[in-house]
Amino acid sequence: MKISKLIIAEPSPIISSGLLKYLEDISQLNIVSIVDNIDDLKDRMLIHNPDILIINPLVLGYSNHSLIKQFQQNNPSTHYVALISTYIDKTFLKYFKETIELNETKQKVVNKIINVINSTDEYSSQNESFDLSNRETDVLVCVAKGMTNKDISDMLNISVHTVISHRKNIVKKTGIKSVSGLTVYALLNNLVEESEIYEL
Amino acid sequence: MTESTKMAELVMSNPNLMLTLSRFGIELGFCDHSVKEVCTKAGINPAFFLLVCNIYINQDYIPSENEIQSVDINSILTYLSNSHKYYVEERIPHIELHLERIIKACPNKFGNTINRFFAEYKKEVANHFCYEEFTVFPYINSLASKTIDKQFSIHEFESNHSNIEDKLGDLMSILIKYLPAEIFPKERIEISLDIMDLSSDLRCHTIVEERVLVPFVELLEKQCHEN
Repeated sequence: MKISKLIIAEPSPIISSGLLKYLEDISQLNIVSIVDNIDDLKDRMLIHNPDILIINPLVLGYSNHSLIKQFQQNNPSTHYVALISTYIDKTFLKYFKETIELNETKQKVVNKIINVINSTDEYSSQNESFDLSNRETDVLVCVAKGMTNKDISDMLNISVHTVISHRKNIVKKTGIKSVSGLTVYALLNNLVEESEIYEL
Repeated sequence: MTESTKMAELVMSNPNLMLTLSRFGIELGFCDHSVKEVCTKAGINPAFFLLVCNIYINQDYIPSENEIQSVDINSILTYLSNSHKYYVEERIPHIELHLERIIKACPNKFGNTINRFFAEYKKEVANHFCYEEFTVFPYINSLASKTIDKQFSIHEFESNHSNIEDKLGDLMSILIKYLPAEIFPKERIEISLDIMDLSSDLRCHTIVEERVLVPFVELLEKQCHEN
């Protein structure tokens, strides 16, 4: 069993010690740090590169969107969980895998965290080969031809979820994020013909 | 680094700041003048100038609330527009020129696709800047003059703020990893370095928009609502 490293970022000591109490029974967790401000958080993220960060958005203060994006860039393998203590803009929640609210029961919070832990396992068990698998190549060809995820899932007979996960791996392996960049890649590697891509 | 630091010292210890000077309307040849003197002469707010320098020196820099309050609307909007102009009129055409030579040396179908890729990128950048200059900046001006005539909020801008660096990264990957080795090796190295500079410059530009412009406008919006 893998132990997940967790950091808590919460300005209120009352809340963070309460949360700590909730989490202490989860054996797969190693809580490496509790911080209450952004500077310490940056430091700790750099040192520990945790599997999970539970963060109250209040810690981010000003310009929270750009800060959370920056964290996600610097620590891409970390899973982000929001700890909500005040009203927050709904659009902001898209950055998080899970949210915890103050009025939730211990059981509910524990379940949520265990789910997040299980999904961190999935990530780390992926093999690190940089050659595209046959299936990934199929998906890449479809992407280069401008097909949507739904089209691809119909054509290859796989779920949309699987298509998305293939696409994530393609981006990871090639280092190319945009569709038009992947099209160039597919052409350079002779996976598609020019005529297949740019027909009007 | 303060307003009394000598401008020449500041620039010589952080040469990448040189790229930002022209956008502030500052020219070289500062003799031993301080940051404050040079900025005042150029008609810009020294506090805002230092704030931008801090971000260009350290991309993790987080401005304090005081620093945000010291910003003035004219300085920031002029600076951002000048930056847009610099990217669109100088940097991107420069890269395009190099790229064209590489494209000519490529087999036709490779060349065509890279050409299309870059054309698409240019369009994306143009749209991105257009949105800012024709929607966001006028909104900010109207906030400042308290003549708001349409529903908009800076959050809308923040959540739609698209990323214009990713594609440059893709282009780098293509040039470095995937284009056949024999095509213009020297030129490819040069252009890759240029793309890297532009990409890091754009990142700082985005940080200025997200960490200075957005909170600054939030303050303006708050003042507007209070009145």
